[in-house]
Amino acid sequence: MAGPMKMRATVAGGNTDVRVLMTHPMTTGQGGQALYFIQNVTVKHNGRTVIESEISQAVSRNPVFSFRLKGGAKGDTIEVSWLDNKGETNKIEAAVA
Amino acid sequence: MREIQRYRQMVSEDSPAELFEVEGEALWKKPQGPKQASLEKCDLGLGPGVLKGAYAQLPRYFKDADRVMDLETRLLHCMMALQGRSREEATQRVFGNADRPSEMESLSAYIATQSRGMKMAPGLSHPKEKEAYELGRALYFQRTGPWDFACTSCHGEESKRIRMQALPVLLKPEQARPVVASWPAYRISTSAFITLQWRMNDCYRQMRLPEPAFGSDTTVALIHFITVTGKGEPYRGPGNKR
Repeated sequence: MAGPMKMRATVAGGNTDVRVLMTHPMTTGQGGQALYFIQNVTVKHNGRTVIESEISQAVSRNPVFSFRLKGGAKGDTIEVSWLDNKGETNKIEAAVA
Repeated sequence: MREIQRYRQMVSEDSPAELFEVEGEALWKKPQGPKQASLEKCDLGLGPGVLKGAYAQLPRYFKDADRVMDLETRLLHCMMALQGRSREEATQRVFGNADRPSEMESLSAYIATQSRGMKMAPGLSHPKEKEAYELGRALYFQRTGPWDFACTSCHGEESKRIRMQALPVLLKPEQARPVVASWPAYRISTSAFITLQWRMNDCYRQMRLPEPAFGSDTTVALIHFITVTGKGEPYRGPGNKR
């Protein structure tokens, strides 16, 4: 079920900007739909968890997130993963450019 | 800056259209149909399998089919010729929705994005290309159907709009240019990817006309006419629509 994800991570001025796209229906449970949404988003920098977040069904379908991390260098690994309320997960890994 | 432009700029930076591109790439390379062939040898005008810049030079005349084709019509041609699929099967579901995009939509996203930054230069030298342009222009003015609508009924005068949507006068190059540079596109309100064949189809629905056949001379001529009017604009799509 988990559709594609896409991510870009770039370092500029001592910060790393991460932008990530996720495929998910993000349904709200209203109007006869099943409640189906991403609950947790986790960001790892070189394997170390730097962001742990909880999001709700108020976020749009196919969400786009951006994060700014302090530090980081070219070639570092950024991993973003999500977990939805049905227990499905997906993740993407990319090197900082 | 007007708020709507600021909003468009914000959403254009990382568009969910990219998710359709990923899907489209997989479909381009996937063996399908009775011949179990992929579309990788499909000639979009610049040679078999050449995708870079191909979208910017469509619609154009194709000798093997002896007619002018836009991107989607050409893809249908390749599905039939290379993959051995029937027209009925390949056009069963050409317009998708948010839950299940169509093959055409994902493929359009994947191919169009590879013309980014290139000037839109549809074919206009072959007699059949000139013919398609003239047909498209005539259809643009042709009043028809139960409401006696033509394209010009909505897209013929300045500053008309439907709700918040300004309606471009596609007879004017300066108004057609941003349009051809941004289609196909991701539609935010429906979370779906929309193509020019869909746009023509849906305009005809709104005009209360019978549904045009996918890739018909009518829809291709209209797309060709609009693209020629907006030619010269660097391609910036796939865009974002409201």
